[in-house]
Amino acid sequence: MSDTTSRRGLRRSVLPGFGTSAAITSLVITAMVILPLSVLVFRAASLGPAGFLAAAWTPRARAAYAVSLGAALAAAAISSACGLLVAWVLVRIPFPGRRLLDALVDVPLALPTAVAGLVYSALYVERGWLGRFLVPLGIHGAYSWLGIVLVLTFVSLPFAIRVVQPVLESLDRDTEEAARMLGASRLQTFMKVILPAIVPALLTGFALALARALGEYGSVVFISGNMPFKTEIAPVLIVSRLEEFAYAEATAIAVVLLAMSISLLIVVNTLQQWAARNAH
Amino acid sequence: MIPLTWATTLLLAAMAGCSDPAAGPGGGSARPAAIELLNVSYDPTRELYRDVNAAFARHYEAEHGTPVTIKQSHAASGSQSRAVIDGLDADVVTLATWPDVEAIAASGLLRPDWTHRYENGAVPYHSVVVFVVRKGNPKGIKDWPDLDRGDVSIITPNPKTSGNGKYSFLAAWGATIAAGGSEDDARKFVSAIYRRTPVLDTGARAATATFSQKGIGDVHLTFEQEAHLEVDEAKGELEIVYPPRSIRVDPPVAVVDTNVDRKATRHAAEAYLGFLYSPEGRQIIARHHLRPWGDAPPPPSPGETWPAIETFDVETVAGTWSNAMKKFFGEGGIFDAIYQPAGDR
Repeated sequence: MSDTTSRRGLRRSVLPGFGTSAAITSLVITAMVILPLSVLVFRAASLGPAGFLAAAWTPRARAAYAVSLGAALAAAAISSACGLLVAWVLVRIPFPGRRLLDALVDVPLALPTAVAGLVYSALYVERGWLGRFLVPLGIHGAYSWLGIVLVLTFVSLPFAIRVVQPVLESLDRDTEEAARMLGASRLQTFMKVILPAIVPALLTGFALALARALGEYGSVVFISGNMPFKTEIAPVLIVSRLEEFAYAEATAIAVVLLAMSISLLIVVNTLQQWAARNAH
Repeated sequence: MIPLTWATTLLLAAMAGCSDPAAGPGGGSARPAAIELLNVSYDPTRELYRDVNAAFARHYEAEHGTPVTIKQSHAASGSQSRAVIDGLDADVVTLATWPDVEAIAASGLLRPDWTHRYENGAVPYHSVVVFVVRKGNPKGIKDWPDLDRGDVSIITPNPKTSGNGKYSFLAAWGATIAAGGSEDDARKFVSAIYRRTPVLDTGARAATATFSQKGIGDVHLTFEQEAHLEVDEAKGELEIVYPPRSIRVDPPVAVVDTNVDRKATRHAAEAYLGFLYSPEGRQIIARHHLRPWGDAPPPPSPGETWPAIETFDVETVAGTWSNAMKKFFGEGGIFDAIYQPAGDR
């Protein structure tokens, strides 16, 4: 292909057919992302500033944003930490059944999330397999904030693992060995050699996990109990408003949620670029 | 793809015209040979319509010589209504509440007189809200005031997201008024109930799972036919309690005018809903523990009788459905007020 390109003297880009690919890319992004989001913003805008605030900034809505955001941040943090560990084990430690475990990582992506919510809550209620031990200790994994974090971790974990895994695979082991031979402790090797190389990937994983968790609805409604001001997530409010056929009000809440995830993604991306620069 | 389908349909229609020149009323080549209807319904009617559809297909083909297949779509009633408004090609809708069908009429897909097109305001069957309790009824729950005791915890879905939840709320409210209570008493009673509702599931079947499978709560408020499914499933662990009076649940049906006129399926669609009022249709409905409309409703099974229960309807409780939506379940309505933090009123 590149041969053809150079023969025809089109040296503008390394990639062949740049114009076509650019057109397809922008078409896909416009049709799949920008257009629906514009409709969202357009519908919400029909309310006017006062109507928007009245719909999207009530005490109850603010409480729901706090629950959504807090639980999503906690879940993304847990996913990133556990994800790093799992990825490390999958990449570095050969053990029987590793391939099977590796395949299992993707299951949360394929499982309808409502099923996850039902199963998790059944496990953690007072007469569930885990709940019968945990509830007497005061740990309520169902119908609580903790429950929300649990299912959000479940749905976001694959993102955290799959982003870090290839980076760990491509890490140059010679550098680690050199560090060890030069007298660095295991902790020093990890902190000074390995971690800087994987921080950008960790941050990307965190961002993806967070974005996934913020918008999750299906699993959460089965485990949160949906108590207003306590465990009600913002997407439940959106559904409530849709039930009243109040489309504009529902989209107003969605716009706030969207704004939150976009700003968080920007923050994490900035951090990630900064980390990537510092890594070299 | 689409032109091909059209061509096939026309071809089939032409062939049908040849082989059977007297094909049914409205007849001739304009009618497609095989009719396919889409019934957009809500969750708890899955089992009912499986039986209705099979019986209707036999009945319609015998009577008009046209084979008909009915496809079903089931989900939460409100989201089904929005799907039809947004373009889901339903020939008929059989939904949980009047507002869900009225919203479709408001969008112009139904003629405004849809409630007059079938008997009983286009409500072919009704149900009542009953109590499901644990085996032996350990908390002795017999009537609505028993729900107001401190040791009783109640499972019912969120009335803002569930039709089942709306009816249970209105049942509790209306039962207080019917027993001679004031609006204020009713407000106190429903507040007490929802304060002791530990989980607000978003849909009816999720609430059923919370109560029967996860063992949470002492009493589950739900429709009679759902209660029967739940109790049958629980194999002796649960039982039904009929309070002396409760709300009558009226799920309406309608032919989606715009869609059937475009698809030329009006004749079959109207016959389909009419079938729900026929003797055979009423038998099937009763078998699923829904109470068929009309005199001398057939019992659920031979020899059984429908338990007596005094009923009131949504109109008694709130005047109109729209009023109920606004007053109780609208943003800032009575239901929302239950959850306002004390300092925030």
